[in-house]
Amino acid sequence: MTKFITLAAGLTLALATTAHAQDKPELIVYTYDSFVSDWGPGPSVEQAFEETCECDLKLIGAGDGAALLTRIQLEGSRTDADIVLGLDTNLTERAAATGLFAPYANNPIALDVPTEWTDTTFLPYDWGYFAFVYDNTKLKNVPTSFETMIAMPDDFKIVIQDPRSSTPGLGLLLWVKEAYGDRAPEIWAGLAPKILTVTKGWSEAYGMFTAGEADMVLSYTTSPAYHIIAEDDKTKSAASFTEGHYMQIEVAGKLAASDQPELADAFLDFMTSEGFQSIIPTTNWMYPAVFPSDGLPAGFEQLITPIDSLIIPADKAQQARDKALAEWLTALSR
Amino acid sequence: MAHSTQPIRPIHFLLGGSAFALLLLLTLGTVGALWWRAEITSSLSPADWSAIRFTILQALASAVISILIAIPTARALARRNFRGRKFILTLMGAPFILPAIVAVLGILAVWGRSGYISDLIASFGLGPLNIYGFGGVVLAHVFFNIPLATRLLVQGWSAIPVEHFRLSAQLGMNTNDIVRHLERPMLRAVVPGAFLLIFLLCISSFAVALALGGGPKATTIELAIYQAIRFDFNLAKASQLAMIQFTLCAAIGAVTILIAQPMHFSKGLDRKSERWDGRETRYRVIDTLVLTLVCLFLFLPLASVLIRGFIPLFTLPITVWVAAFNSVTVAVLSAILSVCMSIAMSAFMIRIARKRKTVSQVMEVVGFLTLAASPFVIGTGLFVMTFPFVSPFAIALPITALVNAAMSLPFSLRVILPAMTRAEDNYGRLADSLGMRTWSRFRLAIWPRLKRPVGFSAGLAAALSMGDLGVITLFAPPDVATLPLMMYRMMSTYQLGAAAGVALLLVTLSVALFWIFDQGGRLEHNVR
Amino acid sequence: MSITLDNIELSHGSFTLSADFKIEEGHKIALLGPSGGGKSTLLSAIAGFKAPDQGRILYNETDITNTPPAERPIALLFQDHNLFPHLSVEKNIALGLHPNLRLSDAEHEIVQDALRRVGLNNQGKKIPAELSGGQQQRVALARCLLRDRPVLCLDEPFAALGPALKHEMLDLVAEIVDGSNATLLMVTHQPEDAAYITDQTVLIADGQAHPPKDTAELLANPPIALARYLGT
Repeated sequence: MTKFITLAAGLTLALATTAHAQDKPELIVYTYDSFVSDWGPGPSVEQAFEETCECDLKLIGAGDGAALLTRIQLEGSRTDADIVLGLDTNLTERAAATGLFAPYANNPIALDVPTEWTDTTFLPYDWGYFAFVYDNTKLKNVPTSFETMIAMPDDFKIVIQDPRSSTPGLGLLLWVKEAYGDRAPEIWAGLAPKILTVTKGWSEAYGMFTAGEADMVLSYTTSPAYHIIAEDDKTKSAASFTEGHYMQIEVAGKLAASDQPELADAFLDFMTSEGFQSIIPTTNWMYPAVFPSDGLPAGFEQLITPIDSLIIPADKAQQARDKALAEWLTALSR
Repeated sequence: MAHSTQPIRPIHFLLGGSAFALLLLLTLGTVGALWWRAEITSSLSPADWSAIRFTILQALASAVISILIAIPTARALARRNFRGRKFILTLMGAPFILPAIVAVLGILAVWGRSGYISDLIASFGLGPLNIYGFGGVVLAHVFFNIPLATRLLVQGWSAIPVEHFRLSAQLGMNTNDIVRHLERPMLRAVVPGAFLLIFLLCISSFAVALALGGGPKATTIELAIYQAIRFDFNLAKASQLAMIQFTLCAAIGAVTILIAQPMHFSKGLDRKSERWDGRETRYRVIDTLVLTLVCLFLFLPLASVLIRGFIPLFTLPITVWVAAFNSVTVAVLSAILSVCMSIAMSAFMIRIARKRKTVSQVMEVVGFLTLAASPFVIGTGLFVMTFPFVSPFAIALPITALVNAAMSLPFSLRVILPAMTRAEDNYGRLADSLGMRTWSRFRLAIWPRLKRPVGFSAGLAAALSMGDLGVITLFAPPDVATLPLMMYRMMSTYQLGAAAGVALLLVTLSVALFWIFDQGGRLEHNVR
Repeated sequence: MSITLDNIELSHGSFTLSADFKIEEGHKIALLGPSGGGKSTLLSAIAGFKAPDQGRILYNETDITNTPPAERPIALLFQDHNLFPHLSVEKNIALGLHPNLRLSDAEHEIVQDALRRVGLNNQGKKIPAELSGGQQQRVALARCLLRDRPVLCLDEPFAALGPALKHEMLDLVAEIVDGSNATLLMVTHQPEDAAYITDQTVLIADGQAHPPKDTAELLANPPIALARYLGT
């Protein structure tokens, strides 16, 4: 017991002495839990960056995307963090409004995200498309749009996430809103009987899907890549929708209160460089913001490419979200 | 006027009082901290009110059904003696301590659209079972809480001195008479508290309600709080909702504590428990049936956890075992804290009750408050309180232990307070007449009578702490993780197989911890 | 040494018990009367477990009305639960010497001695549940021996024993009390027990605890209340 208190205290001491001159400066990055997991990008990123920077990179898992922002808001300007990595474009408006972030210094090299990047505070590191994933050995009549999904037989069930507690859930909400505008309530009313349940987060929903509870789950077009590459399992596929697919672009930003601004900028540069980007596809299972020079790993070519990329600009996301949420609640509470 | 036999000494005030102060800080204090830190104000929307309604209804239904099923189960367990009885009692603790997501997947393995039962009825041409909705939520809650209710009732049974059963047997009381004369008073004393416990647990349920509820109609207050903190950073609304949750629970708590009557069974002499009722075949059959059904209900989902996690268990990385060590350390610390706080508070309450009964009743309600508290509010509030002064990483493990101890306090109090009251009633005068003072009085006269409930509470506290995922997420330093955190991280990176292995490890360790503490409490406590 | 009950009023159930008398040293006194009359309550008050509504209790000339039970010059045997079930016989007895059970070697010897005196030589390691009712009360008596207080109070401790055993126990009590020159106060509802070892009797009936009278005389010429009780 005492051993661990000492260990934790020792760690703190190491963390807390950023003010003093040290052999190795520390860069503290707040990110989400799956990033720091042993199977996520964290370990490789840490190793790769520490090789070039002569510093100590500390990746700290703080929940999921929204939790990340809450954590920063709770800590305010006293935060020890230098970088926040893991917000998505639905949250950047709120993040910018806190005044805690500072613009990045250097101009990024050409990005491979499907939209033009105009945000000067946040820099993307990966992106993906939301899609409904299914088992291609079990589901034969695959919906090709929200409308055809509504027309599926009664025993067809999907599992989705709650937009109030999950970023993919929020993504779905905005997807329907962006694709159908004022017709969104109608679409949700039609989908309601098909929705088996709404879960707190992606993990629960995906777990229920793999256990066979539902025919489709809201996930990413890149989910099948995990199964193909890591498990040699070709049974999972994503359905391509005629409306197009909504994008999730994940970003990182530098904190204004950082005591290592140059190091933070160096990290952001590193983040858009090959060293970082080549790690992303098979650890975070998303598309890298900058495609690696020798292309994406084998297996990614089997993924569907959406007809259209939908996204609500960051400055309008908050407003759109509130309206869409109200419509969603009404349709599903019937 | 001569003093009464239990004077309140300074040490009682000091220890008992600090425990209470700590509880109030963790429950109401954290709500206050959020309120203070809030940047915007707001009022409650209609969606919030419907969340409140749903929360109350499902909690009521779950509590009532759990108790109804627990009564015959406890009766069967109390009067039958068979090999494996102890094992079943211990294993019954398992559902209660499962992390929500593990339990949900386990339940779905049996009751889901692709579960065992659906497969079974498919052969009769019936459609897949669809439990999502109010029913699913209640089912899951009943799954979690039958074991607890049963355990409390079995303890109630064992508190009836064996001499009473001898008397009944000698008087030729048949099984129905026993029900009337012995069981009913026991139920009257134990059920209100058990009901309250379960009700409160279901009120603050979160992930279960969401996963099995089917949709936003099944929103609970906890989800609303979660959303307010996470997605809106609306701390004011979170504190308002937390206060409503408290008020709700305090109100029901007050009612329950007032109608519960303490048992007035006279003292026994520690003779081994023996029963002479229920010998007829009729009752054997009923008991066997009840026990079989309940065990199937509880253990099938657990079995699915075992099956899914067994093979991955052997290929888990070393970091998981380190996390297991951390979890166990925190759990043990939490158990010790919980027991100490309960004893301190009970000693204090017993003495205050003789002078002012209402004060001690209020304190009992305070003891329940952590059940009504939102773990998000507690975690976030504590974070707000401590962040300006100390780095969260330094205090991660102690804070987790402390919060877990507080969260398990209601259970500890529920068993330790009556046991201590009985010990004082039976042997307090003897101790006083011999001039036994504070420490030796406790050590020699009272503590030996507490060992069993202490073992149980410590076990429960340790097991609950193992499954905690609330506070640690805000305070966790980079390289220190607990098992639930590891499991969650795996689940969010597609590692469902490995996550199942960790889930199995978690359940096994939790049950083992519970068993060790519980058995420790049952060891012969005679000092020769 | 004397114990004075000075205008004591005790609430007992639905009525009040009055007592106003003095107990002198060296006597063996029975508190005799019908069930529910307040005998045990009076004993409780003298021992310090019940506060009188009115009046004082004096030891020699000191007011002990507010003194805690353990500090009174009294060793008390309850009706039941005189022993801690989880402690061995030895340890139960040893509590009479030190409430925290820290004994010197010499004190251990004293405990063994007490065991021998009550006829329980090799039973020291047993726990109460392993003894018969009579043996349990002997252990309690052994402890009273060690407490060595001027007054020994017994609250019907032998009610559950058969006649021969009861006489044996009463003999033991008499022996102990004589040996240490203590005063005995014994609650009983059996006139035979009173006749057997006591020389004085306090009659408790109709809300009144009468001053001690010579036992033989009292039983030979009982007042009306006692006569009703005796059935003579």
